Amino acid sequence: MRIDVVGIGKRFGDFTALQEVSLEVQEGSLTALLGPSGSGKSTLLRIIAGLEEPDRGSVQIDGRDVTTVRPQERGIGFVFQHYAAFAHMSVWDNVAFGLRIRKLPKGHVQRRVEELLELVGLTAWGQRRPSQLSGGQRQRMALARALAVEPRVLLLDEPFGALDANVRAELRQWLRRLHDEQGVTTVLVTHDQEEAMEVADSIAVMHQGRIEQTGTPREVYDRPANDFVMGFLGPAVRLGDELIRPHDLRISLEPQDGAVEAMVTRVVHLGFEVRVEVELPDRAPVRAQLTRAQAGELELAPGDIVYVQIPGPASRIEASSPPGALTA
Amino acid sequence: MRLSRPAVLSARTVALLYLAALLLLPLGLVLERTFEHGLSQAWAWMTTPAAVSALWLTILIAAIAVPLNTIFGVGCALVLVRSKARGRAILDALIDLPFLVSPIIVGLALILVYGLDGWFGSWFVNHGFPIIYAVPGMVLATIFVSLPFVVREVAPVLIEVGEDQEEAAATLGASRWQTFWRVTLPSIRWGVAYGVVLTTARALGEIGAVLVVSSNVAGKTLTLPLLVYQRDSQIGPEAVSGAYAAATELIVLSLAVLLVMTILGSRRGK
Repeated sequence: MRIDVVGIGKRFGDFTALQEVSLEVQEGSLTALLGPSGSGKSTLLRIIAGLEEPDRGSVQIDGRDVTTVRPQERGIGFVFQHYAAFAHMSVWDNVAFGLRIRKLPKGHVQRRVEELLELVGLTAWGQRRPSQLSGGQRQRMALARALAVEPRVLLLDEPFGALDANVRAELRQWLRRLHDEQGVTTVLVTHDQEEAMEVADSIAVMHQGRIEQTGTPREVYDRPANDFVMGFLGPAVRLGDELIRPHDLRISLEPQDGAVEAMVTRVVHLGFEVRVEVELPDRAPVRAQLTRAQAGELELAPGDIVYVQIPGPASRIEASSPPGALTA
Repeated sequence: MRLSRPAVLSARTVALLYLAALLLLPLGLVLERTFEHGLSQAWAWMTTPAAVSALWLTILIAAIAVPLNTIFGVGCALVLVRSKARGRAILDALIDLPFLVSPIIVGLALILVYGLDGWFGSWFVNHGFPIIYAVPGMVLATIFVSLPFVVREVAPVLIEVGEDQEEAAATLGASRWQTFWRVTLPSIRWGVAYGVVLTTARALGEIGAVLVVSSNVAGKTLTLPLLVYQRDSQIGPEAVSGAYAAATELIVLSLAVLLVMTILGSRRGK
């Protein structure tokens, strides 16, 4: 089911959480709301779920206005950052909760819960309490619980935010596979741009209660609408009044057309990439990012004179903030 | 901080002596006096019609006050912690009033409202349902003085548990009522139980507020604490021994409550 958010505004006391936010989520897509903390992404998700009431604007699910509809009747599944497991119930009872509320026949509940526990790999854990599960297992249980009632829309609020890095990476891939199999329209809130790029079909970048840009991961990365999006989605370096990605800078040992002479001040080997800091004759220091292969060919050392090829206008963006305000 | 062994021992000794002097010795003496004329005499004091009636009245008042304060207390804690209603700060302050005001003032205040010269008193009396100097007033006074316990035990638990589970239940289709019974109540159950125990203890032992609104007629409007008080103020060693016997009954009731509380405490710790 598609979701349309139109002109949503929300304040908490003096704090403006959302201003004039509009968003379209395509049917069957996995959309990420990406932004720093306080950007309003969780508030927007909670408004879509009906857990928070907007001051202005409307929410439509599959063309039906649900702005004043209670969360119980929106046909959503919601997954919380801290799992929100029912602590006094077994894993089995947690997953069965929504089905029992709907007073479905026992046999049906039994089959559906077993099916879901298998889907999330917790078949052997049904009789345990959530407190006996690891964080990753608890979140899978929470997902099974949300999916049990066959929601039209699945909403995930920083679902992997409380997990270890390796469990996160694993669950991310698992979520993507699950989405491809089940095809439920999904909205995921995250502050991790890598997570958004890896999992989502579409990313809405949020900042200070607004959506700055919406697009595919490649669009928002390669053609950021402004310097905030550029800086939030990946490393950016300042070159005069413009921002560029450090991996778009080409470094050569021979003079080239349009290349600027510079001196290497520092070389940092980071395993899969090599960072080279250079000083341009009349500008501030700039950091370039090279692959291991590129760095191996150049064999740079501090003090070397190199030629820096600055990329075309398509890879640059004008900085609105003064120098020094942006660090990458 | 690590204490040396002699320091630990002396601290323990002081604590035990303190408890012994203030609690164990006086209570022990009450027991001793109860049984100094023999077991059968003590039993006789405990089974006079007045004593039996006092025991049942005490239990009756607690049986009315405790459930009412439990329902009110849980509801009130939910309003304080979960709602965004205005006036929560005032409610929060008002709930502590019974702790701050001397019980005797509670009794006097009830007389002002429900006494024969009070606002509603004559209406109740004319309709054959007197409140002051009768059991209903004693129930009201007990409810008032034991009101804060459940709220004060449950509210922090509600804060600690958080709203996540309730929101999850809502997104899974549960109505507020279903969420309350299936999610909220189970997660605050130890807080409620502890509040109930404290409320019961207070309801059984209250004397100040109840004394003022009771007609103090043996066999009709005497609770166990009032019976202890009345027998103790009568002249003659026999009456005083009777007071000790009634006091022992109260002590047994309190010990039962303490036992329940200890069991709950150890369960809650898990």
